[in-house]
Amino acid sequence: MASVKIVLPGDIIDTRREEDTTQQESNVEDEATVIRLGPGLVQSSEAVSAVTAGVLHSNSETNRWWVAGNKRRYVAAVGEPVVGVVVARHGEGYRVDIGSAHDALLPHLAFEGATKRNKPNLAVGTVVYGRVVVANSVMDPEIECYNSNTGKSEGYGELSEGFMFKCSLGLARRLIDTKAPVLAALGNGVPFEVAVGVNGRVWVNAGSVATTILVANAIRNSEYLDAKQCRQMVKELLEKQ
Amino acid sequence: MVAEIGPSNIESAFLLEALKRGTRVDGRGIYDYRTLKISCGPTYGLAEVQLGQTRVLARVSCEVTRPFPDRPTEGIVLFNTELSSMAGFGLDSSRASTQEVAISRMVERVIKQSRAIDSEALCILAGEKVWTIRIDVHFLDHGGNLIDAASIAAIAALKHFRRPDVTIDGEEAIIHDVRERNPVPLSIHHTPICVTFGFFGASGDMLVLDPTLLEEQVQVSSFTITLNSHREICALNKAGGIPLSPDQIQRCTQVALAKVDEVNEKIQLALKASTA
Repeated sequence: MASVKIVLPGDIIDTRREEDTTQQESNVEDEATVIRLGPGLVQSSEAVSAVTAGVLHSNSETNRWWVAGNKRRYVAAVGEPVVGVVVARHGEGYRVDIGSAHDALLPHLAFEGATKRNKPNLAVGTVVYGRVVVANSVMDPEIECYNSNTGKSEGYGELSEGFMFKCSLGLARRLIDTKAPVLAALGNGVPFEVAVGVNGRVWVNAGSVATTILVANAIRNSEYLDAKQCRQMVKELLEKQ
Repeated sequence: MVAEIGPSNIESAFLLEALKRGTRVDGRGIYDYRTLKISCGPTYGLAEVQLGQTRVLARVSCEVTRPFPDRPTEGIVLFNTELSSMAGFGLDSSRASTQEVAISRMVERVIKQSRAIDSEALCILAGEKVWTIRIDVHFLDHGGNLIDAASIAAIAALKHFRRPDVTIDGEEAIIHDVRERNPVPLSIHHTPICVTFGFFGASGDMLVLDPTLLEEQVQVSSFTITLNSHREICALNKAGGIPLSPDQIQRCTQVALAKVDEVNEKIQLALKASTA
């Protein structure tokens, strides 16, 4: 396997590939290949440099490069699913805390089947699962609790029972992206629902209080364990129950 | 900026539901401390305490100064806490919130008013030179129960600290460099440790030891008792919240007695294992 490359903020990244000449056609070596920069990388004049500390990853098919770091403070980005808590109600919508520097705006009509006459009535302190629609450095972020293209909720909306806890951003991302082994191992043992927000918040709902606590603790403990250790830990937790 | 928000509806509801069944949301029993790790060193007077997710760093330093005019034979103890945005969301070191001031005053009271440090032993030349001991406590991570973690860090740092040796020659005081003569420890009379309880429910009938941040946000009352290893009560603190009955206080005292012994053992082990 390729070696792990750890970068620090300020490191210049060399994105030329010397090894995989078999995948590239040799008659395009005069053209510059387009490189897509993902999170953690910026382009400063000709060079690409890292702005976060973490492991450098790249995808050879889409030619995408990014840095997978681990922090606890979230910076909103468009399209990401987040778990938020309603902190205020305004005329146009709700103010939702998603853990970023500024609270996000959730319009009253951004729910499935919402019309001017039929708006959902969320109290302060309600937990919602939404998707980030607007996120840049000059405006407050905005989220929506449905898919605006299809009009269906697709799992977004109010989360009314269960428990929510905070975790690091790296763990949250792993839970969503890589079909984390801890969720698969837990799923074999107990039935539960989970909603993972990329902002480091996870909502869990299992049948009983004890099972919910078990699932939440298993997920929290799985941060530094590999797949085999995760399965072992889940097995021990389920046996103790 | 984001103001400090309370817990969400489902978090408080779930926490109370779990407590009614005798469990806590992180799986602990109601009288269990979180994992406590104390590390002292590498310099004298530096102690870091991890209590679950809460992390506190305490640093002790000393300086020779003039004493207060009304107390010419006593040394001076200065206490300072720092709660910055590194510790948690919505915290700001420029404005000290009432909660932060309460924590700071509590730990200061525990160290100074319980006479843990022998201030007469800090005198070098009466009326002219005394040692000023300065304790700085930095809160690195706010995971709940800052008072307990800060008190353990402060007392461990004080016990770990070594000041330069002094010889008195008539009217002159010679302060030896630490490279010439080994520095000497401070004279600590006893080791006060704070133990904090949180109470829940309409009448405060459910209690937990060592509340996490979420439990602190949901609790209706908080009670801190400070004990030392000689089974003496150094301080009791209950600021606001719903009233507690005498047998609740008794119950807390009994639990705290057992916990203080465990914590004292951990401090001793950490001091022995220190790298200084």
